[in-house]
Amino acid sequence: MTAEPRKPDEDSFVSHFVRNLWSANSVTVTFLSAVLAVVIGAVLIVVSDSEVLAKFSYFTARPGDALTASWELISTAYSNLLKGALGDPEAYSAWFSGTGTWQDALAPISETLTYAAPLVFTGLSVALAFRGGLFNIGAQGQAVLGCITAGVVGFSFGLPIVLNLLIALIAGLLGGALWGFIPGILKARTGAHEVITTIMLNYIASLFLSWLVLQKGIQDPDRTDAISKAVAESAQLPSFGGVLRVHLGILLALAATFGVAWLLNRSAFGFELRAVGANPHAAETAGISVARTYALLMAVAGGLAGLGGAVQVLGTAHALTPAVAGNIGFDGLLVALLGRNKPWSTFFAALLFGALRAGGNRMQSFSGISLELVTVLQALIVIFIAAPALVKAIFRLRASRNLRSGVTLAKG
Amino acid sequence: MTVHQARNRRQEIPLKLELRGITKRFGDLVANDHIDLTVEPGEVHALLGENGAGKSTLMNQLYGLLQPDEGQIVVDDEPKVFRSPRDAIAAGIGMVHQHFMLVPVFTVAENIALGHEEVRGGPLGWLDRRRSRRDVIETSQRYGLPVDPDALIEDLPVGAQQRVEIVKALTRDVDLLILDEPTAVLTPQETEELLTVMRSLTDMGKSIVFITHKLKEVKSIADRITVIRRGKVVGTASPQTSEDELASLMVGRAVNLEVTKAPAEPGRNVLKISGLVVDDDRGTHAVQGLDVVVRAGEVLGIAGVQGNGQEELVEAIMGLRPVRAGTVELDNEDLSGMSTKQILRSGVGYIPEDRSHDGVVKEFTVAENLVLDMYDRAPYGNAFKLNPAKVAESATERIAQFDIRCQGPETAVGTLSGGNQQKVVVAREMSRPLRLFVASQPTRGVDVGSIEFIHGRIIHERDQGTAVLVVSSELDEVVGLADRVAVMYRGRILAVVSPDTPREEIGLLMAGITGGEEESK
Repeated sequence: MTAEPRKPDEDSFVSHFVRNLWSANSVTVTFLSAVLAVVIGAVLIVVSDSEVLAKFSYFTARPGDALTASWELISTAYSNLLKGALGDPEAYSAWFSGTGTWQDALAPISETLTYAAPLVFTGLSVALAFRGGLFNIGAQGQAVLGCITAGVVGFSFGLPIVLNLLIALIAGLLGGALWGFIPGILKARTGAHEVITTIMLNYIASLFLSWLVLQKGIQDPDRTDAISKAVAESAQLPSFGGVLRVHLGILLALAATFGVAWLLNRSAFGFELRAVGANPHAAETAGISVARTYALLMAVAGGLAGLGGAVQVLGTAHALTPAVAGNIGFDGLLVALLGRNKPWSTFFAALLFGALRAGGNRMQSFSGISLELVTVLQALIVIFIAAPALVKAIFRLRASRNLRSGVTLAKG
Repeated sequence: MTVHQARNRRQEIPLKLELRGITKRFGDLVANDHIDLTVEPGEVHALLGENGAGKSTLMNQLYGLLQPDEGQIVVDDEPKVFRSPRDAIAAGIGMVHQHFMLVPVFTVAENIALGHEEVRGGPLGWLDRRRSRRDVIETSQRYGLPVDPDALIEDLPVGAQQRVEIVKALTRDVDLLILDEPTAVLTPQETEELLTVMRSLTDMGKSIVFITHKLKEVKSIADRITVIRRGKVVGTASPQTSEDELASLMVGRAVNLEVTKAPAEPGRNVLKISGLVVDDDRGTHAVQGLDVVVRAGEVLGIAGVQGNGQEELVEAIMGLRPVRAGTVELDNEDLSGMSTKQILRSGVGYIPEDRSHDGVVKEFTVAENLVLDMYDRAPYGNAFKLNPAKVAESATERIAQFDIRCQGPETAVGTLSGGNQQKVVVAREMSRPLRLFVASQPTRGVDVGSIEFIHGRIIHERDQGTAVLVVSSELDEVVGLADRVAVMYRGRILAVVSPDTPREEIGLLMAGITGGEEESK
């Protein structure tokens, strides 16, 4: 015993706090990634504004000008982002004082949830597949197929109200499941890598949709452009109407998250897929059929993405266009990454992406900042999440100094 | 220049290493508790301890991979702080890890140059391959370690890969070499070669820290032995100490190294294999027309040099490899063509050869690993859902029954020592009624205490009337466990002999030499 045992209370509260902060807490990393993304986004906002940039040309003479202008620009941009995502405080106070409507106050949140709903499904699709050791790059194609099958069923049969919606949703699920099952069975039978096959199927799905909406019986007879007939009202996801576009889809997303969490942790199939994902050899040795698991898992993941597409068509778009699925499949990849492939984290990651998208719309119209900035922010957050070491390195400078002084103390 | 001067000084006076009061904690676990250790120049210092005793943790601190919470590393009477392996190498300390740190698709020379490549023409210059090659050849000749600088790592056998690791360390001018469980992956012949290399290195003034839990090797090579148990130094010993003494020092209680068992009472033929043909991964017949019978209540041991089709035989029995011809019958029911799940469910227990590859899912908890093949059966669950309460309950029971040392059923298996991981596999496979138990290398990489325990369980299973098939590359293990020894050579059973047969005779059979008429029942 040459060194004194180290007492914990030798550390200051702050260094203790900082150390706890760095004990590989993924929540902390996620939060700091968002902070970093916002900071870099601020720089981009300033750099892309020529007026403010002009003020920087005489920065040495009057730094105040440039700084004030930058601060104003950044703060209005980000406050518009927040207002667009969560609501304008003025609208809320108008609602509470009776001069405004609750619909106006809640509209931003409604937008956030509307954008988030399909992303929850595609995010879960990617996350679930990943837990089974598969990279489902095909969520986009599966979502497109889901859009197609749900949409076509939605306007083809005039079924009664609840039934029509139910059948359309199931059709979306099955369409996506089929599109997921193809790469799954190919992987199981021939070992074809799912990344390649799903990317190819994405192209096929999206080109098929572009072709389909122009076909007779699908295309809206009153239109010449590429748009299909509208989904029957009985097959649409119920919503509040008016400015509140939010629809039942977000509740379905909530239910799907519950379902996926249950599937992963409580079901026999979830156990199989986690075992296969973590160590396919040990799973095979223990009698789990890896091939069967891959095929089934891709079908389930495809079904989830297909539901995402169905929710998009039946809840928001109400008709098929070549771009009806937008980017929900690819955004689902980012959402799953941000959510670290855990169902509930993925759900909240989708909410964050929905909020950014909704806020971005307002930021664009009120501050004149391109919607692309939102895409950049999303990308930056994900980059930082994917590189936690980078985030830690950036924020760690002070922490490590504290630690080092602690070590010296212990030696002395 | 200063580095070079320091090196020159050290070459005159070989390196002396002292560890003083090294302590390392991981959360509540004290992996190293005030460890003192001195390595004199030119000695082989064996660090003996069970898996999980804290040997590797200690060496990782010495090599700069971990930083001690307390204590000092003193090299040539000078305290040092190693923040990374680079610092350790600069101070003259090199390490060969248990799992090699080599790039499989690079050549030997490239791997050795990796990290301190010879570059010409500034930082963005080209690699001086010729000089790297020359360095490799020079070092390998100086120390008598033949390596082919142009061979690809993936083409080399494990023993040669290890030589590359040693040469790699030596090219960095180290004077103290840490060998972390170097023999765990080696065949007996390769182990012999390694021991020779170690002796010649110490003759040249290098010191070696030899981490192991194999008593025979320690006795044959070490100059001094330090025994570590549960993070503490429990004693030092000389190589004259008997194996039993060393083992009890290591485990903390008296250990029986011999397998004790009553004579077998063999019953009906449980497993009957006839004319079995199985292909290896390259599509050539690894098992060629093999016949063997395992009876209820006996242990049939398969002895043989590795690579004579043992692995393929076992995998074929388990349905993990297709049967090309012949039959595998369990109580007259043909297993060939059944899925692995069906075979396991018909009362076959299986310990795979490569534990971390095939035996456990390291990310899973102990509880989950214990039901890896039973998760969809009552009481643990059904085809749709699991019953976590039952899984946890039975895990707690198994942990006690099989003496699995872990913090609880929810511990990730990857954090357990090798011996305890193996006990998880054994516990899982012995937790259901069995007719046949197939164990491939059941105690590979497992510490002495766990070996005794696992052997005891295997004999216990035999005494219950289960037919047991044991495949092991350690002849001691086969002979100790088996009631009958089948020697396998080139995909066939060459002879079935009694375990009392002289070793030399079995050794000859393993080499494919049959001395006239052998007893074969």
